[in-house]
Amino acid sequence: MAEPQRIRHGSSLGQPITRRDGVLKVTGQARYAADNHPPGLLHAVLATSRIARGRVASLDVAAARAHPGVVAVMTPENRPPLAMDPDDKSVPFSFKLDLLQNDRVRYPGQPIAVVIAETLEAATEGAALLAPRYEAEPASVSLDDAEPFVPPMIGVGDPAEAHHGDVDAGLAAAAQRIDATYETPTQFHNAMEPHGVVASWDGDRLSLDMPTQGLAMTQMRLAALFGIPAEGIHIRSPFIGGGFGSKLLSGPQALGILAARLVGRPVKLVLTRAQMYGPVSHRAPTRQRLRLGTAEDGALTALDHHVRAATSRFDDFIEPSASISHTLYAAPAIATRTEAVRLDAGTPGFMRAPGEASGSIALESAIDEMAAACGMDPLAFRLRNYAEVEPVSGKPFSSKALRECYAEGAARFGWDGRPLAPRQMRDEQGLLVGWGMGTATFPAMMFHGEARAVIRRDGTGLVETGAHDMGQGAWTALAQIAADSLGLNLAQLEFRSGSSDLPNAGLAGGSTHTATAGGAVHAAGTQAIARLTEVAVADPRSPLFGAGNVGVVARDGRLVRWDDESRSESFADILGRAGLPEIEARGSAAGDAAAMEHYAMHAHGAVFAEVKVDPELGQIRATRLVGAFAAGRIINPRLVRSQYYGGMIWGVSFALHEGAVLDPRTGRVMNADLAEYHVPVNADVPSVEAILVEEEDPHVNALGIKGVGEIGITGTAGAVANAVWHATGVRVRRFPIAIEQLIGGKEA
Amino acid sequence: MNRFDYIRPGTVAEAVSAAAVPGSAYLAAGTNLLDLMKIGVARPERLVDLNYLPGLDAIEALPDGGVRIGARVRNADLAQDPGFRRRFPAVAEALLSGASGQLRNMATVGGNLLQRTRCPYFQDTASACNRRAPGSGCDARGGENRLHAVLGWSEACIATHPSDFCVPLVALGAVVEIAGPAGPREVPLADFHLLPGATPERESVLAPGELVTALRLPAEAAGFAAHARYVKLRERTSYAFAVVSAAAALRIEDGRIAAARLALGGVAAKPWRAEAAEAALVGAAPDAAAFQQAAEIALAEARPSGDNAFKIELARRIARRALRLAAAGTPERLPALPASPFAPLSGGLHG
Ligand SMILES: Cc1cc2nc3c(=O)[nH]c(=O)nc-3n(C[C@H](O)[C@H](O)[C@H](O)COP(=O)(O)OP(=O)(O)OC[C@H]3O[C@@H](n4cnc5c(N)ncnc54)[C@H](O)[C@@H]3O)c2cc1C
Ligand code: SF4
Repeated sequence: MAEPQRIRHGSSLGQPITRRDGVLKVTGQARYAADNHPPGLLHAVLATSRIARGRVASLDVAAARAHPGVVAVMTPENRPPLAMDPDDKSVPFSFKLDLLQNDRVRYPGQPIAVVIAETLEAATEGAALLAPRYEAEPASVSLDDAEPFVPPMIGVGDPAEAHHGDVDAGLAAAAQRIDATYETPTQFHNAMEPHGVVASWDGDRLSLDMPTQGLAMTQMRLAALFGIPAEGIHIRSPFIGGGFGSKLLSGPQALGILAARLVGRPVKLVLTRAQMYGPVSHRAPTRQRLRLGTAEDGALTALDHHVRAATSRFDDFIEPSASISHTLYAAPAIATRTEAVRLDAGTPGFMRAPGEASGSIALESAIDEMAAACGMDPLAFRLRNYAEVEPVSGKPFSSKALRECYAEGAARFGWDGRPLAPRQMRDEQGLLVGWGMGTATFPAMMFHGEARAVIRRDGTGLVETGAHDMGQGAWTALAQIAADSLGLNLAQLEFRSGSSDLPNAGLAGGSTHTATAGGAVHAAGTQAIARLTEVAVADPRSPLFGAGNVGVVARDGRLVRWDDESRSESFADILGRAGLPEIEARGSAAGDAAAMEHYAMHAHGAVFAEVKVDPELGQIRATRLVGAFAAGRIINPRLVRSQYYGGMIWGVSFALHEGAVLDPRTGRVMNADLAEYHVPVNADVPSVEAILVEEEDPHVNALGIKGVGEIGITGTAGAVANAVWHATGVRVRRFPIAIEQLIGGKEA
Repeated sequence: MNRFDYIRPGTVAEAVSAAAVPGSAYLAAGTNLLDLMKIGVARPERLVDLNYLPGLDAIEALPDGGVRIGARVRNADLAQDPGFRRRFPAVAEALLSGASGQLRNMATVGGNLLQRTRCPYFQDTASACNRRAPGSGCDARGGENRLHAVLGWSEACIATHPSDFCVPLVALGAVVEIAGPAGPREVPLADFHLLPGATPERESVLAPGELVTALRLPAEAAGFAAHARYVKLRERTSYAFAVVSAAAALRIEDGRIAAARLALGGVAAKPWRAEAAEAALVGAAPDAAAFQQAAEIALAEARPSGDNAFKIELARRIARRALRLAAAGTPERLPALPASPFAPLSGGLHG
């Protein structure tokens, strides 16, 4: 409803255009990786480890091979050679891979063999017939099972400790203090589309249909692994059924590629849902202790955030949960410290808002507890501690419309009049009602991206970049940017993407993709127009002759003089007269180092949640969510809103539903399917609203884009948890909140 | 999935003789059986497909006022049948609270009765499980067991039966009709599922080859229609198995309980009828004190089998809730969130 005023004449930017591939998807015509069936295709199925640590003592390869339809069994004995050790991490963001390099088992669900057969069914049964025997060693399963250590870095290069001010002094001087410990569970990736690949070799050339969030980087990683030139690897990834950080680089898919090499035929490998709970990375479990102190007036005197996070025994990814405490609330003293423990689990990795999501639910809970201890409204408390500059770095923000988010969100939700004390509200049928809030934030980052733009003889345009549409609508938003940069409408533009033979668009991760690929597309288009302009203004026969390079603007397929709208010429006429078949330009975009040095760059938001809780039975339902977010320039409000909705729903999941259940003895995931690994269903999310708060950011990048993919989950999880407290008076610090934590011995 | 023979019998007699061969399994909608075959838990050598058997798909009103439901009737069709729904509202509510719309459209009456436990160790062939592999042990003991049984469990097995449908059925005295190599017989549903004892692999009284042909609800079950409810506690609002659940049905005459039925779900290896609690309710006023007492009696024998002591208290509370809702009267229309604590109530929680 609020959409129309955003539509500006002649511009695609800011318009709520529906996904360009929407019809293909809802009619089943979009071809995902696993939909490809090249002639001669064989099916590969993984056999995965049932123990967490030890070695595979035997596999009944003969039984598997004897099963009708089975073509080959790949084990460490016969796996084709690789040009490098899969434990060698040659490219950024890569992890050690389990590619049958030996008989060691280092986590449950690790691939230990691959069966290749004429049919999926035969390969599946062949894998079952392998009946592995193991020599198991005792496994470390929980955060208390191993000695913690301070890692050299956390996340992708942040220090494990950061300080500003004197936290001990701040706490000592505080009038009020809280000291609370929160626990977040292991969460597994459950994108709709499981990881898969269809691989064919032709000599040393490799052709792949494979969902990836990082075409160029995957190409590099595979080239190094297989010892072949990157240009010889063609990856097609036109549609991705959800990535969320799990499809940045080829993980287990490399086994499908190896299988194709082994049998000399095209091979398809698709993980089963249960196999997603092993080799594709996950969100690490954390335990977070927060100590906060405030002066009489509710101003924070100190914030201390201590994280213990799990990583694997053999590789490092340390969930950077405390980083969020560096930016969100003003305090004269802030300290964060992270320690890690090594568990016999797969290596954790990136999962939507890695670090921010788990850190946010702890920090926002602690802020809520602190506000309650001060007898203050949680919104008033947050405003009291509003950070005008980024607290730990001391840098000014490139832009920060968080106050507006608080105000607009609170107004829309109806926050005013919320009773301070918990257990004060009931609905008409006696259910407890609670309201909670949280602040959302996510850094605005960028990678390096490239694009190519062409203005064709017939006046139409072509823009290409190897970008990734994971369902978020990148194709649509990038095409909007491309069309504007060329002064064309969308119908006059051909936009190509999702393939490794196109210019490198960077990774689709870290909420950077629109800024990075969009920045590159914008640069390429603008450059192409500049070249076209040079041709026109230098031509005495053009009505634009003598206008000068900056004297024209591209609109509706024409160059128009700024100072005289009546003088214009179509692209086709300019090229035709100049006898040029087309004009081509390349463009690139990357973060501005100088700006990053000067400014802290973050998107912000405020999320308000209502939950209802059955007072006797303890069942919880999030009944209403309102989020207001400021994330710089909004290219397509419809797509952005759906990113916020998805993030917010994940926040509900984080607080109330989602978590792996590990067997305490073996570390195996006991709920590795979508019946038992709960994510919210429609009935769990009756009402979600996302408000787009205006924000102009002149520093963050040329287009002023901050990224919206991950922020929605932050703030929301804490808001829901805080609402549960407000409904029941019970503060649950272990997530997801379980019924038994609420009912205790008495009524909730 | 293992290779198997597939047989499509045309009559009940053919089905029974085909399934009498060891290693056979009946295939109804397969929403449970095929899943178990895919993960290697069930490995039948031959599937005897029930989907083409004539005569098992009717909902018949019986002359005595009861109803017979064919074993092939789909869960959704039964729940949506207007006559059935009006006369046995708690059964319809239980059906509609189970699984998802897609599954209910497939799943059959017979399959729902005979669905296997959701115990994660049962579903994982690498784990020790006496139910799946007799004598191998029980990895649920000392493992993840917060949702396991609190009634009727044994040292050998602490699993629960997951069905919602069976809970009001057992409360209302349903009878299972069976065809088999030795001829037809019938068994009250209350005696149909077996508690684990030392032989958890024996889940029901069915002998090899025996086929459930129908379920019958007696005429007197319809006498509870005005006061019959099912309530299910879940860890999400829909599409989740019960943590605990309860079916309650009352006949109220002159402000007193003339007859009462109460059964619990999610607490034992069978749908758990609480007859002693029912008896205590008869003659009482339908009030909080009576319901509290009935709930205490129903759970008197309960013991935790692991990290699940909380389920005992929850089971008491859900029993009370079901009784209170039943006393308040069956709603005119089934709520949009059937059996959910979040379904709109007449009179409120404390009414
Ligand atoms: C994700 C998921 C969620 C679910 N949630 C719930 C829930 O919340 N509540 C709930 O109650 N259920 C739930 N279910 C279980 C569902 O109700 C059962 O899968 C279904 O009822 C089984 O019926 P079917 O016809 O598919 O049986 P099948 O899978 O075909 O058979 C199940 C078993 O019954 C045997 N069998 C079938 N018919 C007969 C017969 N006539 N005579 C003798 N033996 C027979 C089969 O041999 C097999 O052993 C869920 C299932 C899934 C997959
Ligand atoms: S509880 Fe029963 S079903 Fe579960 S592992 Fe033990 S024996 Fe098997």
